[in-house]
Amino acid sequence: MASDLSPASRRRMQLALLLTPVSLFFAVFFLGPLAIMIATSFLAPGLYGGVEWVFYPHNYGRILGFADPAFEDFDPVYISIFLRSLKIAAFTVIATLLVCYPAAFCIARLSERSKNFCLFLITLPFFASLIVRLFIWVLILRQTGIVNEMLLATGVIDRPLELIYTDGAIVLGMVYIFIPFMFMPVYASVEKLDWTLVRASLDLGAGPIRTFLRIILPLTSPGIAGGAIIVFIPALGNFVVPAVLGGAKVMMLGNLIEQQFLSARNWPFGSALAMMVMSVMLVMLFVYVIATGRRGADVTN
Amino acid sequence: MRDSIVRLEGAAKTFPTPEGLSVTALDALDLDVDRNEFLTLLGPSGCGKTTLLQAISGFVELDAGRILIDGVDMTARPPYRRPVNTVFQSYALFPHMTVGENTGYALEVAGVARSERMKQVAAVLDMVGLAGMEGRRPRQLSGGQQQRVALARAIVARPKLLLLDEPLSALDKNLRQAMQIELKALQSELGISFIFVTHDQQEALTMSDRVAVLSGGRIQQLDTPRNIYDHPANGFVATFVGASNLFEGQLDNGRLVTSEGVSVRYLPSPASVSGAAQALIRPEQFFIAEEGEACPYLDVDVEQIVFVGSSFELFGRTAVGHKVIAEIPASRRRFIGEIEQARRARLSYDPAAVHLIRCDTDGI
Repeated sequence: MASDLSPASRRRMQLALLLTPVSLFFAVFFLGPLAIMIATSFLAPGLYGGVEWVFYPHNYGRILGFADPAFEDFDPVYISIFLRSLKIAAFTVIATLLVCYPAAFCIARLSERSKNFCLFLITLPFFASLIVRLFIWVLILRQTGIVNEMLLATGVIDRPLELIYTDGAIVLGMVYIFIPFMFMPVYASVEKLDWTLVRASLDLGAGPIRTFLRIILPLTSPGIAGGAIIVFIPALGNFVVPAVLGGAKVMMLGNLIEQQFLSARNWPFGSALAMMVMSVMLVMLFVYVIATGRRGADVTN
Repeated sequence: MRDSIVRLEGAAKTFPTPEGLSVTALDALDLDVDRNEFLTLLGPSGCGKTTLLQAISGFVELDAGRILIDGVDMTARPPYRRPVNTVFQSYALFPHMTVGENTGYALEVAGVARSERMKQVAAVLDMVGLAGMEGRRPRQLSGGQQQRVALARAIVARPKLLLLDEPLSALDKNLRQAMQIELKALQSELGISFIFVTHDQQEALTMSDRVAVLSGGRIQQLDTPRNIYDHPANGFVATFVGASNLFEGQLDNGRLVTSEGVSVRYLPSPASVSGAAQALIRPEQFFIAEEGEACPYLDVDVEQIVFVGSSFELFGRTAVGHKVIAEIPASRRRFIGEIEQARRARLSYDPAAVHLIRCDTDGI
């Protein structure tokens, strides 16, 4: 039986077998729930939670501008939450990149032992609970926190600054959490950068700035793009950081979705919001795959 | 003052080693490279030849001394402001750019307009035999073609000086020999000076106008390939360039006598010459004398005979154990059978072909 198969198709069978467990897992625990979410997002909310089995496009309408006229007028608040979430996620990406990119160059030039130690230090925060680490920022930033106390004591300010429960506090918390996610892909591409290419560029008359823009940046861009995606996507949907550091004032998409499911018990609307977030992410991933698929082959060679 | 394109004056550089010691890469080195010259820096690894090259291109800062390029002091100038380009050992082609973009990079940086740039790129690619390859990516090319792109990229902006850092070492033998001849032709055509770094003495002798043999951060000898080979300045040069038989001893009236009693005749032999010296006999200077030919000789016990095509290499020892290597042309193979039988050979030589190295000039 097996002898009928050519070696190539035997090999393909073997690979398919190896992929089976992960495919099954994703089919059952990812595609299944996703299908349920998509279906739910087009159903009407039940009066006391749950869903009513009628087609109801106004869940998306509430967000995009064609709300159900029987209940409410269109409220652009959801779009503004959406935009604010995009803005905070984008700031998080930029800030983590500004921290990680120079650090990656620094660490890449250390000796093998120091490199490994630095990488260990960067992954160290994973060993402590996320919530604990975020509450430490509350202690630092709150009205009676370390920063305000010190500034008051030294007389720089005479009233406590409003540090916590702001967009800034959320970005700070996000940057703090997502630095390792940005660092790893950026470091991987910086570390394998061939410095003779940099030398070649300098040798051919390009100054340091031009060499950076024409050689170093393009050759490390896969790492930057990868890091940006890995940080942007969870940052956009994150609800822990805004919940802890944003207080009740600053709402992001993650909190909004959580609220719809847990407090408002409007599952269809929550599903529609989640689908919106997901479609933004899919578009971004698609752009990334296209861009790296075209150029990545040259850069990684 | 000599009209040189590059002049190094007292160039010195030491590197710290991880063990806390320091290594002298350049030891107060002076060097003049003439215009339109093909100069080769030849030496074993660690002799300072790469450091010397990098000092000229600007990637190594000197501890002391000066570098003048075309009469202008370049000692403190960064690499990107020196009229010098390099062909790197690994080629260092930019993987994210096409062959055309790679080749035109120096022109792009210099602000040459696009149309003019494309014209010059096409011309220089044609010169290295890659006409019409502008659109390819470096990874689509063979090693030899990548080598040519690296060359084209380095000469497109007409530098005053081209540095080549062992560029042929990654190519296979046939391609390497073809490239050697092409490089030499290209150099004459362009009229710019080439400084070529290699550890391959064959390569150095084939291509160069002059060869600088380096060791221990010093130039041991700087001369034409023929003089380097025929008249090495010291024992290091003699053994590093070509195979050699060196006999160390005291000069005594037209003979050099080693402490073990081996005697080597040499000509001319001015009576005043005496003292310690080394006598060099190249393997190909030995021959098997015909019956009745009277010339000085060494009797050796033959240990091994290796056929290398155009000749036989004969490894032997004198009666006192001094190793001797001789090269007998294949045209004289009729002697070889006899020697193989007897395991002994009488190696004759012409005393005029013996090169004397006086020990007081020995730099190592």
